Amino acid sequence: MPSRKSMHRTLSQIFIAPLLVAIVSTLGLVGALVGDGWWDTVSWVTLAVPVVLYALFIWGRKPN
Amino acid sequence: MTAATRSLRRWGFVHKWTSLICTVFMLLLCITGLPLIFHEEIDDVLHSQVKAAEVAPDTPLADLDHLLANALANAPGQVPHFLVWDRDDPNAMFVSVGPSITSDPSKNLLIRMDAHTGAYLDAPDVTGRFTYIMFKLHVDMFAGLPGKLFLGLMGILFCVAIISGIVVYAPSMRKLSFGTYRAGRRRVVRWLDVHNLAGILLVAWTLVVGFTGVINTWADLVLKMWQYGQLAEMTAQYRDRSPPTRLTSVNAAVEVAARTVPGMTPGFVAFPGSIFSSKSHYAVFLRGNTPLTSRLLKPALIDAETGALTDSRDMPWYVSTLFVSQPLHFGDYGGMPLKILWAVLDVLTIIILVTGIYLWVRRRKAGVSVDRVIARSSGIESPALSS
Repeated sequence: MPSRKSMHRTLSQIFIAPLLVAIVSTLGLVGALVGDGWWDTVSWVTLAVPVVLYALFIWGRKPN
Repeated sequence: MTAATRSLRRWGFVHKWTSLICTVFMLLLCITGLPLIFHEEIDDVLHSQVKAAEVAPDTPLADLDHLLANALANAPGQVPHFLVWDRDDPNAMFVSVGPSITSDPSKNLLIRMDAHTGAYLDAPDVTGRFTYIMFKLHVDMFAGLPGKLFLGLMGILFCVAIISGIVVYAPSMRKLSFGTYRAGRRRVVRWLDVHNLAGILLVAWTLVVGFTGVINTWADLVLKMWQYGQLAEMTAQYRDRSPPTRLTSVNAAVEVAARTVPGMTPGFVAFPGSIFSSKSHYAVFLRGNTPLTSRLLKPALIDAETGALTDSRDMPWYVSTLFVSQPLHFGDYGGMPLKILWAVLDVLTIIILVTGIYLWVRRRKAGVSVDRVIARSSGIESPALSS
């Protein structure tokens, strides 16, 4: 049986995904301010990322 | 107890108390903010308004003096404070009037005018409207500046709660992979997972909307700073002069301003003596043409006695910060899809608040149950809720 310690995730493992989501959504928040047209589309796609991830994790998988 | 555990306990304590204090107010703000995202659409559905004339795209705009005279003819005993171009409807303008030039402008009557014909459209009393009630609850809870600053303080607590929440997220996720949702488990486990997942996914958005909301509560103070700072500086030579007895043409003043600042279009005019100008000047505020620069207003001060330009400067950084923080709070700068995303993210924030309250109540009722849930997944004693 592996030791308890080895089952622990490190801080970088815990925070890498949240950090990426934060960077992507910040890009979206700023994007639509910079310009119209394509910039708006960029902000819609990037700000949808946290919403889509939430939906996928909560409803998108079979109960375990 | 190690130093790291002690530190985590402190962060847990901070997360618990900042959240608890602000949660009720944050719920109020999220719930009232939701319809405000769509305030134009809601007003369109609930209230009919006189439509401005449909005109060809290059129809010249009405002479502003003529438009102003028409507006005032429909508002006996009132004096003009502001002349405002409607951002959302290029065919319409507003004249904001009050009983005197020193009266509280937040109680002004807004007269809608046709921007091309200069004809009077309507001047509805908005104070009974659903969107107005939501707006007042959201901005100051009908409690004026103290209410506004109080909500700003709650906003600061909210931001601290988010940052401390990031810290206590770590021990909670020691043994769980990102996005874990234990659907088959008890509600306390499921809601802890929902709270953690939604909380961490929305960090950037909640921090930005939360903090720009805080900045917006300081708008009155920022305006005062600008009045006593840059505006006083620009009009220093007029300090001891008596106000003009007859005002020059507002239309000419706007033309002078537009010539002074090429590439920008007029956004609104503040009349001499109103809160956005000196007693001797028309202050014509011009805006740029991109989503960002359209928020960064630039004033041109026109002597209301001679019609000549006195000065035009970019706003100081603290006013620009306020201007930029407005769209970032409202979500009104990227079309309808952005508004819908704003609404969904707002609902997710409500979910974070409600699950947070539930987790706290559970812990109070059952002593250690939430702690056990976290401890089991983290392998260490929980800092988040045991303080």
